[in-house]
Amino acid sequence: MADIQELKRIASQVRRDIIRQVYLCQSGHPGGALGNTDLFVALFFEVMKHDPSFNMEAHGEDAFFLSNGHISPVFYSVLARAGYFPVEELKTFRAIDSRLQGHPTTHEGLPGIRVASGSLGQGVSVAAGMALQKRMDGDDRTVFVLTGDGEQQEGQIWEAALFAPHNKLENLVLIIDDNGQQIDGPTREVLRLGSFADKYRAFGWDIMEMDGNNMEETVETLKKAQAKRNGKPTCIVMKTEMGMGVDYMVGTHHWHGKAPNEEQAKNALSQLEETLGDFPAEGI
Amino acid sequence: MLSLDKLQSTGKKATRDGFGAGLKAAGDQHDNVVMLTADLRGSMKSEDFINTYPERFVQVGISEANMMGLAAGLATGGKIPVTTTFANFSTGRVYDQIRQSIAYSDKNVKICASHAGLTLGEDGATHQILEDIGMMRMLPGMTVINPCDYNQTKAAVQAIVEHHGPVYLRFGRPSWPIFIPEDTKFEIGKALHLSEGSDVSVFATGHLVWYAVEAARQLKEEGISVDLINIHTIKPLDEEAVVASARKTGAVVTCEEHNKYGGLGSTIAECLSKQLPTPQEYVATDDTFGESGEAEELLEKYGLGVKDIVAAVKRAVGRK
Repeated sequence: MADIQELKRIASQVRRDIIRQVYLCQSGHPGGALGNTDLFVALFFEVMKHDPSFNMEAHGEDAFFLSNGHISPVFYSVLARAGYFPVEELKTFRAIDSRLQGHPTTHEGLPGIRVASGSLGQGVSVAAGMALQKRMDGDDRTVFVLTGDGEQQEGQIWEAALFAPHNKLENLVLIIDDNGQQIDGPTREVLRLGSFADKYRAFGWDIMEMDGNNMEETVETLKKAQAKRNGKPTCIVMKTEMGMGVDYMVGTHHWHGKAPNEEQAKNALSQLEETLGDFPAEGI
Repeated sequence: MLSLDKLQSTGKKATRDGFGAGLKAAGDQHDNVVMLTADLRGSMKSEDFINTYPERFVQVGISEANMMGLAAGLATGGKIPVTTTFANFSTGRVYDQIRQSIAYSDKNVKICASHAGLTLGEDGATHQILEDIGMMRMLPGMTVINPCDYNQTKAAVQAIVEHHGPVYLRFGRPSWPIFIPEDTKFEIGKALHLSEGSDVSVFATGHLVWYAVEAARQLKEEGISVDLINIHTIKPLDEEAVVASARKTGAVVTCEEHNKYGGLGSTIAECLSKQLPTPQEYVATDDTFGESGEAEELLEKYGLGVKDIVAAVKRAVGRK
């Protein structure tokens, strides 16, 4: 059984890491990163079988792909806290000569990253490719991929949405971060997406829904999707609140791609318990 | 050592047939070769591979962007994916997918593109890409290869499968003379010296290599000695071979089935302008789209015929 309290403690530290990374370089995307923190913690500290010594090929392991690369601060924090690279390195986020690029890449050799992402809509295809490779090689582990909801406006997503059920990629789990926000405003105003559940069901996927800011429900749903083998890929429509954990960032697209100033950062950190020790950095 | 006498047509087959034969041979030797296609398995002449290794064949449907992403994912898990479709849909249509998921992510994907250039013929300009070498050459880390006949294409497929890193392999549709001896070694990044000469260097790639051979024979009759070099690998360029030949002859002609911008001619000019500025003439399309027609009539109409190479050589020699 998962120790939900422990996962929540980790999530609190990860949220602190996000705020501090973004504050230090005065750029980056805190809103989506905070909203997805519980998902990342559940995946990397409870659900996935994975090895922090990092093998690119992930043979015999579960694999995770981040398609909406701009929420990189949460990915970096979770990888570091899980032991993929030193926690101290988080202070180099978006700085020159860093492995922690604005959007995740393999180019600088950061352990834990398997493909570059940032230009949206590509991750589902890549994850489907690895799911296919695992099946060809008789490896029964699961491939997870996260996309934003606004990202679902990209055409390539729907090419992959056709491909996965046609090819019975039952080891593929797509998670859509349904926070209702994108850069220019609410998704329903920018370009209406309608019901993800109806769309993906019609394409031949199994649908699950979860509250991605409820740790217990997140763990339970992910484990169900991970274990399921019925000839169909799984789409988890995950409700989250952008900015979750910091009161003034919740539920608005205002903090999609904006860093807090000193006062705002201190305010945010006062709302988040330091549970595992902050990474060392000057000035915050 | 090859020479004009040894470069005789032994029959005709398309370079895409060479691709199919090479893929089957590469598949025999390497269990991790996986072929993907976007609804063009017939055009890619790969039925041998598909029928022998159906479990290593992935039909993607008309979804080229997805195909590039799938290939990146397959490569991440250790496969050697070979994506197949027409050159137009292998490059411009999916440039960002190649850029981010393959090139920047250093994925071992082989992008194999048929029906490149004017010689695609009757389908017309929508399908006749003349910009692909330029686009692919600009991607850091991408290897770009344009073989010239059936035998060379077949050998190139073997070589790219054994090379680690992303590769763009460009070939074509029409039945074309087979003239590179079957036992000729294919080395990525190594120019192939076809004929020794002293008056002018002719660097040629793809289908136009055969025309360059014919032009060199005519020029020989007229007393002009051509140093004829096949640049099958446009990136990385064999700079040493290019500079050595230009130093020997003092005049250069480049021949390609591609726009004059961004292709072989540009590549050679970039190299020589730095190392050994040399008068150069381009046999390439003149910043234009193509049109419908038969392969050879199109090459003639767009200035890529044997007579155009002969004329370019005389201009180049005249500028010495």
